[in-house]
Amino acid sequence: MADQAPLICRDIHKTFGKLEVLKGVSLETRKGDVVSLIGSSGSGKSTFLRCINLLETPTSGDIIVHGDPIRFTTNRKGERVPADNKQVEQIRSKLSMVFQSFNLWSHMTVLENIIEAPVNVLKVPKKEAIERAEAYLQKVGIYERKDYYPAQMSGGQQQRAAIARALAMEPEVMLFDEPTSALDPELVGEVLRVMQSLAEEGRTMIVVTHEMAFAKDVSTQVLFLHQGVIEEQGSPQKVFDNPDSERMKQFLAPKF
Amino acid sequence: MLDLKGYGPELLDGAVVTIELAFLSLLLSLTLGLIGASSKLSGNRLAKAIATFYTTVVRGIPDLVMMLLFYYGGQVTVNMLSDWIWEAYEIDFFFQFDPFISGVVTIGLIFGAYMTETFRGAFLAVETGQIEAARAYGFTRWHTFRRIMFPQMLRHALPGIGNNWQVLLKTTALVSIIGLTDMVRVAEEAAKAERMPFHFFIPVAAVYLILTAGSELFIKWLNKRANVGVVQGS
Repeated sequence: MADQAPLICRDIHKTFGKLEVLKGVSLETRKGDVVSLIGSSGSGKSTFLRCINLLETPTSGDIIVHGDPIRFTTNRKGERVPADNKQVEQIRSKLSMVFQSFNLWSHMTVLENIIEAPVNVLKVPKKEAIERAEAYLQKVGIYERKDYYPAQMSGGQQQRAAIARALAMEPEVMLFDEPTSALDPELVGEVLRVMQSLAEEGRTMIVVTHEMAFAKDVSTQVLFLHQGVIEEQGSPQKVFDNPDSERMKQFLAPKF
Repeated sequence: MLDLKGYGPELLDGAVVTIELAFLSLLLSLTLGLIGASSKLSGNRLAKAIATFYTTVVRGIPDLVMMLLFYYGGQVTVNMLSDWIWEAYEIDFFFQFDPFISGVVTIGLIFGAYMTETFRGAFLAVETGQIEAARAYGFTRWHTFRRIMFPQMLRHALPGIGNNWQVLLKTTALVSIIGLTDMVRVAEEAAKAERMPFHFFIPVAAVYLILTAGSELFIKWLNKRANVGVVQGS
């Protein structure tokens, strides 16, 4: 099916020890959706994002990537673990992640960072991967920095390089984990503008963010999480202008 | 010109033995160190226990005692084993313990324990985000190790490896006591025979110094390469 949902999450629970961080979170995306996950610290939004690509294994619930449900099994200690590492690797290669602290590989140049996964995971020929990488570097506006090492660039440039790395996988869904939270205020704009242009191209994105203006103007769907449950969900107009939940109203209230 | 009273060629042979011994021991210790560190960091409890036993015992015993224990103890063990096998199965299994090989094995074992700790610390120093990014992009565990963990670990391990190497190089002098004709043993014999300790020991000391100083330069260069992409002193 061509218009299969890129990502469906059903009733995701996650428990760390005795602490239940996610208490049944569900999400269904259509192609081109931009989903903003908002909520205060500790609401579980980052954990939810990390469950999607299995950096955390959900305690229960289903994840279906482009019609392919992730298979789980139980290990000897009785914990739920992915059944098939090959499947996990394959699914991860369809879901690129952009991290809060960039996590570019510090011993590789920008270009090397971008071609590493396409060449070694997707088996794209190196020449083609380089051409692709250069095109994406043009797109995020740091082509002239391609031979720099991450530490030689500003945070905004590093995050744009990380976005180019994510794009080079030509993923089904892009996952953004607070992509602007580690940036100096004057560098936030350059990253948000790149993300906005990706949204306009119709890329499917899930964004954990504290940037309310971005969530309001760019997303197609907003999820407000509070203590591991979805308190409010819907179009940005509904969530921001006409929320049902008291929590959401408090969250939006001017702070001073 | 330095007059070595005819001991020159012998001293040179001894120096070659020292260098060979040092390099082979280094290779063994690096291998053991990588295995030891991986075991200590693995989830496997048995592997962890074995590695901890190894580093505790080996680092707790003087090098000299280990060397004697291995060489003489090793030979006695071989003798006993071969006697027993001969009586039981009439198979001739006897061999003479070679001092060179005992030296390499002992020094390799000793420094493998130090390398284990060096590598363990270095692996732990790799930022989790670097490994997480590799996992998030679908890397296999081996690919993550080879392309991300190992090169980043090396940067943290090199200073420690350099340190261990210098101590290892000097520890090779101990093999003269198990009858291996290294540079030190030749010098000792020559010094006794000619009653000229300075005349022979100072050149030997100089050779060690040249080797350690040379390695220091080499390690500096390696460090520079491994630290590519790291902004220093910021």
